[in-house]
Amino acid sequence: MTDTSPAGTTPKVDKQVSTPDERTKNAAADVSREVGYAPTTRLEMALELWHYFRQNQGAMLGLAVFGAIVTVAVFAGVFAPYPPNEQYRDALLAPPMWQEGGSLSFILGTDAVGRDILSRLIHGARYSLFIGIIVVMISLVSGIFVGLVAGYFRGWVDTLIMRVMDVILAFPSLLLALVLVAILGPSLMNAMIAIAIVYQPHFARLTRAAVMSEYNRDYVTSARLAGAGHLRLMFLTILPNCLAPLIVQGTLSFSNAILDIAALGFLGMGAQPPTPEWGTMLAEAREFILRAWWVVTFPGLAILITVLAINLMGDGMRDALDPKLKKS
Amino acid sequence: MLRFFLNKLLLIVPTLIGITIVAFAFVRLLPGDPILLLAGERGVTPERYQKLLMQFGFDRPIWEQYFQYVLGLLQGDFGISISTKREVISEFLARFPATVELSFFAIIFATVVGIPAGIISAVKRGSTVDQTVMGLALTGYSMPIFWWGLLLIIFFSGMLHWTPVSGRIDLLYFFPSVTGFMTVDALLSGQKGAFGSAMSHLTLPAIVLGTIPLAVIARQTRSAMLEVLGEDYVRTARAKGLSSLRVVGLHALRNALIPVITTIGLQVGVLMAGAILTETIFSWPGIGKWMIDSISRRDYPVVQGGLVLVSIIVMMVNLFVDVLYGLINPRIRHQ
Repeated sequence: MTDTSPAGTTPKVDKQVSTPDERTKNAAADVSREVGYAPTTRLEMALELWHYFRQNQGAMLGLAVFGAIVTVAVFAGVFAPYPPNEQYRDALLAPPMWQEGGSLSFILGTDAVGRDILSRLIHGARYSLFIGIIVVMISLVSGIFVGLVAGYFRGWVDTLIMRVMDVILAFPSLLLALVLVAILGPSLMNAMIAIAIVYQPHFARLTRAAVMSEYNRDYVTSARLAGAGHLRLMFLTILPNCLAPLIVQGTLSFSNAILDIAALGFLGMGAQPPTPEWGTMLAEAREFILRAWWVVTFPGLAILITVLAINLMGDGMRDALDPKLKKS
Repeated sequence: MLRFFLNKLLLIVPTLIGITIVAFAFVRLLPGDPILLLAGERGVTPERYQKLLMQFGFDRPIWEQYFQYVLGLLQGDFGISISTKREVISEFLARFPATVELSFFAIIFATVVGIPAGIISAVKRGSTVDQTVMGLALTGYSMPIFWWGLLLIIFFSGMLHWTPVSGRIDLLYFFPSVTGFMTVDALLSGQKGAFGSAMSHLTLPAIVLGTIPLAVIARQTRSAMLEVLGEDYVRTARAKGLSSLRVVGLHALRNALIPVITTIGLQVGVLMAGAILTETIFSWPGIGKWMIDSISRRDYPVVQGGLVLVSIIVMMVNLFVDVLYGLINPRIRHQ
């Protein structure tokens, strides 16, 4: 890849301000120096990926923030000063500590029934991460399976599967999720299932496209000639070579799932009160927006920071996996 | 060209059928008696129940019910709302202009800010400006827009008192609805200040709804520009000694815009999903609020009809974008 940007024509003095292209070039040189040959094993490939990922400052920032959120979520009981649903009746709508009337005992203030917002946010992190993981798992596994079958067998199976996927994609995602929740009944679990169904076609399409491009490669043909059965060809021969785009899509879906579940919670169709889920907290806080800004601001900020951190990682992952950037 | 168009049109037929199957199945999959759900009645007499059974056709085989349903759709029968007893289609048409108006201004906002931001980012690639713009774009992309709307209300309505909190226009203005678009009707009415009032009601919702499309458009413009800026004809234009502005604005931008236009078109689905949240926050009387209200009111004929109508419109817009893409990019058309 040639660098045609105006910035690229000026001589580089400081490595810190080099363009992304420059960085990947340097990284490529580093890898070949370290490894000495093209990576072959899984471990080497993972190391190479990590190498490119590490060059991306944004991605590393995202990883750090995400790591912190995971830590807080896992040890929520340790970090949270109070139980999430404990009501302190003598401190209703207490402002955060730095504002007049705030106190050190409630760092981010309390909500309308006197629950500590910080504690609820910390426990809410558990829900958001758990939701993201479950939704991605369901949609990824089912999408991969369906996409593999469609791309491998082709013909009418493929046509049928992909038409069904088209139908799911034809609905605006949130609307379809709402309708599915209306059928299943509003609860966190049902909201997760609904979102997973809405996301699944993206994985199915990606898998199918990747399978079709791999199908006629020599290694697949030789495996088939060696007597490998359909299942072995599908899952052990082809699938491992289709994972790169799925990883990126998985990261994107992870952050979107957190957003969509929060949206459903906000609309009253996701987690139900008093669950300290961030979107549900926002819904409960809505009527106080002009009186107590903190009950509205912090849950949303938590959502934004989490989603942004994951998206930063996703961007970094995509760049690291993108062969176009690497071959420069 | 006609063949290209007809091909595209044929391709959406199976999807359309699928949409009707989903909407048809929706009412039958709901927990509870579908007749009571559709009639919205509690404790009906056995005779009335029998009458409704016949009326909705639940006594006939399932495929015949479906056939009847589709036949009704083709004749414009999208069901009757339980809560208002009015036809779903007329309720839809009454609210649709509000959503179109909001979406229109949202996409204008997203385009007018997003494309220049993407261009600047691409031209100044790697600079602080680029990093800032792309950082903001990713933040916008990660934004929970229902929270973003509340924040803007707190700041602009609550603290600065610049904009109203909800609705489409101040109550002191009253004029007949001609087009259904408040801004146009306000201008037509000739009342002083009416247009300004409509615009100030529109500003915050449009910004909220336009935020995610803005981020997507800025990112897409940047990557399309970067790709084009590396092409030979751009280098030639530069070598000829053309000004930077001319090269970027004329030679590069025209080609970079092709994928960007597609991106803008594909935001329609995003807008419809976003409209549900935006309209709820700002009490905007459009399709999104109508749908969410109907879901919580268990007005299932409205949900069923709205689902079909909304997805058909999204599909039509996508088809239009597809055809437009073929028109401006002959390479696609002749594939």
